[in-house]
Amino acid sequence: MNPTRKRRMTLVLLILGAVGVAAALTVYALQQNMNYLLTPSQVLAGQGAGYKTFRLGGMVKTGSVRRDAHSLTVDFTVTDGDHDLPVEYTGILPDLFRENQAVIATGHMDGARFVATEVLAKHDENYMPKELAAAMAKAHAKHHVGTPDPGPGTRQESAPAPSP
Amino acid sequence: MNTLALWFHKLGSPPTFYRFAGALRPWLLALALLAGAIGLYGGLVLAPADYQQGDAYRIIFIHVPSAWMSLFVYACMAVAGFVALVWRIKLAEIVAMECAPIGATFTFITLVTGSLWGKPMWGTWWTWDARLTSELVLLFLYLGVIGLYYAIEDRRKAARAAAFLALVGIVNLPIVHFSVVWWNTLHQGSTVRILGPSHIAPSMLWPLLTMALAAKFYFGASLLGRARVALLAQEGGKDWVRALAQAEGGA
Repeated sequence: MNPTRKRRMTLVLLILGAVGVAAALTVYALQQNMNYLLTPSQVLAGQGAGYKTFRLGGMVKTGSVRRDAHSLTVDFTVTDGDHDLPVEYTGILPDLFRENQAVIATGHMDGARFVATEVLAKHDENYMPKELAAAMAKAHAKHHVGTPDPGPGTRQESAPAPSP
Repeated sequence: MNTLALWFHKLGSPPTFYRFAGALRPWLLALALLAGAIGLYGGLVLAPADYQQGDAYRIIFIHVPSAWMSLFVYACMAVAGFVALVWRIKLAEIVAMECAPIGATFTFITLVTGSLWGKPMWGTWWTWDARLTSELVLLFLYLGVIGLYYAIEDRRKAARAAAFLALVGIVNLPIVHFSVVWWNTLHQGSTVRILGPSHIAPSMLWPLLTMALAAKFYFGASLLGRARVALLAQEGGKDWVRALAQAEGGA
């Protein structure tokens, strides 16, 4: 390699290294204060106090969903396993909203309740056919696998019937 | 110099590359069409419906391959840009610059299909979470490279300036990829993993991988075609282009 190319290569690599370090430091700093959401435990610990509105993330607690018969208002409890927080929402819920589903609600605290203006369902990374999910749920039930998540089979019952 | 290195060295010369690319392109295009047809049939007809999402999940057969390509094409562009900056090879400049529109298209498709899926599944078209935002930044980087390239009159200077932007922007690639790990995002984590088991049934995985293969072949074919045209445009006055035009009976 001739000296000119060597010099150019060193220069380019040096700049790349510097940019890389700068990006790494930025990412590291953002990890501390770029919160997309707060969990019920964090909210109850007072971390939501500084925000007018914030996002609340967690699982919808089993048996906690109550729908108002005359309006679109829904009440449910969001839990992170350690702490629970009651949530109120008026509007149309996404397809994936169901008990034991991870949700992200945007809104504000009204006393001890969280009043949501938007509820988003978080999808997990699992993709499987219906038959497999049912078979897995059956196997789980047979061996009494004790998990906080009752398995996809239970979710499927409350699911809107998937098109054939 | 051994045979392989010599062949590679020769390939860097525009006339050789022009002929080589012209011979290879139809094969890549045929493979892309074949893999795409098999992948689409497998994904849209053979693969079963998802246990939660029903048929709506089938958009992953477009979304995920495009998303992989948006990162892969950027990496190709940056590597070609690096070669162009250090060795000042004209062909590397052209390859780097012709990667940009293809990558931008894949990124755009990724964002649009993700948005279409996000509305029914998540409940929103768009949210400013780390994955979505960093992918949008990737689109802007592509557009920036294209814009810078066409803003400078001298083709070779323009290519080097844009290649530098492409090279610096490569820091965004790990951010896009690891955003779902580093931050709490609405976007789910990776389903298909190279290390360890994938979180997808095999009946859904094979069409997905076939579609990814089709996207790779399409990128190859598209890049070679674009590079040939760009070479002709830039080398317009050279002897080999003149000889080519005469041979084709145009002159």
